[in-house]
Amino acid sequence: MAAGSTIDALGQFELHPVLGHLGEALRFSQSPLFMLIAAAIVLAFLYIGMRPAAVVPGRLQAAAEISYDFVHDLAVSTIGENGATFFPFVFALFFFILAGNYLGLLPFSFTYTSHIAVTFGLAIMVFVISILASIRFQGVGFLKHFLPAGTPVWLAPLLVPIELISFLSRPVSLSIRLFANMVAGHVLLEVFAGFTIMLAGLGAFGHVLAIAPIAINIALTALELLVGVLQAYVFAILTCIYLREAVAH
Amino acid sequence: MYRTPRLFLFAAPLAAVPGRAVAAGMPQLNFHDPLLIGQVVWGAVIFGGFYLALSRFALPRVERVLTNRRTRIQSDLDVARKAKAEADRASAELLSARHEAAEQARAHVERIQSEARASADAHAAETAKRLETEIANAETRITQSREQALSSLSEIATSTAQDLVSRLIGTQDEQTVANAVTRVSA
Repeated sequence: MAAGSTIDALGQFELHPVLGHLGEALRFSQSPLFMLIAAAIVLAFLYIGMRPAAVVPGRLQAAAEISYDFVHDLAVSTIGENGATFFPFVFALFFFILAGNYLGLLPFSFTYTSHIAVTFGLAIMVFVISILASIRFQGVGFLKHFLPAGTPVWLAPLLVPIELISFLSRPVSLSIRLFANMVAGHVLLEVFAGFTIMLAGLGAFGHVLAIAPIAINIALTALELLVGVLQAYVFAILTCIYLREAVAH
Repeated sequence: MYRTPRLFLFAAPLAAVPGRAVAAGMPQLNFHDPLLIGQVVWGAVIFGGFYLALSRFALPRVERVLTNRRTRIQSDLDVARKAKAEADRASAELLSARHEAAEQARAHVERIQSEARASADAHAAETAKRLETEIANAETRITQSREQALSSLSEIATSTAQDLVSRLIGTQDEQTVANAVTRVSA
């Protein structure tokens, strides 16, 4: 949203109530709306894709099965034998983030993964679930992971805080990684789009020059397609790694 | 991975366009906005519903299709394997039956051959025996005939001599002629 000679790169992240007064009363902004759309798209993809339930799958069914197998392999190979338990969770997480990242690339849409509150909420959920899984699978004994086996006792005052900080920083790094990637990508797209409009205002010479930011934006869109799936994958695989630690022995 | 070039690109326009963009602050950090907290609550509800829909309905459906396919392929393979085993057994049976039949035929041929040989031998022996008997009979007959001939020879000689003598000299001293003939022929 370029307004005059300045570029409002952050305005795209503002929340506005949808559905008028009802949305205002329910605190329902475009962010939850796009969450709903993302969830609906993923569920529709699986529903329509698997409707033929054919032994020899068609294209859409093959895509649905591939996405199932991809996340299933990821969960089982990373978490181990308990991976199947957490597979639906990892699947939901991966596709919720992926759909959010990709929906955000459409014009006039909103990227809910560009809000730290959302990504931190997801990360805290992963954090809490991994702690609950630790208690479930290892009892209170999981706390001994804060002092790696074979460490001299006199190192404990140093190592335990370090391990504790690294453990507690997990949700922070997990959420900021996704949030920062999404914000950076969308700010860049906005800024270069703004450049195009500003250059176009300079007359014939500007019209020619304005092609450059458009070309950059095309390249950036390709990059964002890569980043979108990569960040969803990173989020999912880190979740799997935390869960593996939680269920290990 | 992609951070260094991205951060550079990110920093460049921000440095180039100072002012409102940065000064206004990020809407994401405006925690007084009720919509900001609202989206977290809504997000939790939507994600929870999404998770339930996936884990209860969508994913088990995919799982069922995949399991069906696996079992179907497995059962098809089993059927094929069983058919192959049956075919192998049938072919082995056929081979052994053919072998057995060949053995039987050979034995049959040998038996017939030996029977034929035996009957030919018996026939030949019988013939030989019959011929021998006939030869023996013939020999006996010849001997008899010769003996007969020899025994009648002296009679013929004597009567011939008597006839000759009687014609020559007119005497008939039969005894003397017989003695003479016996003396000559002895």
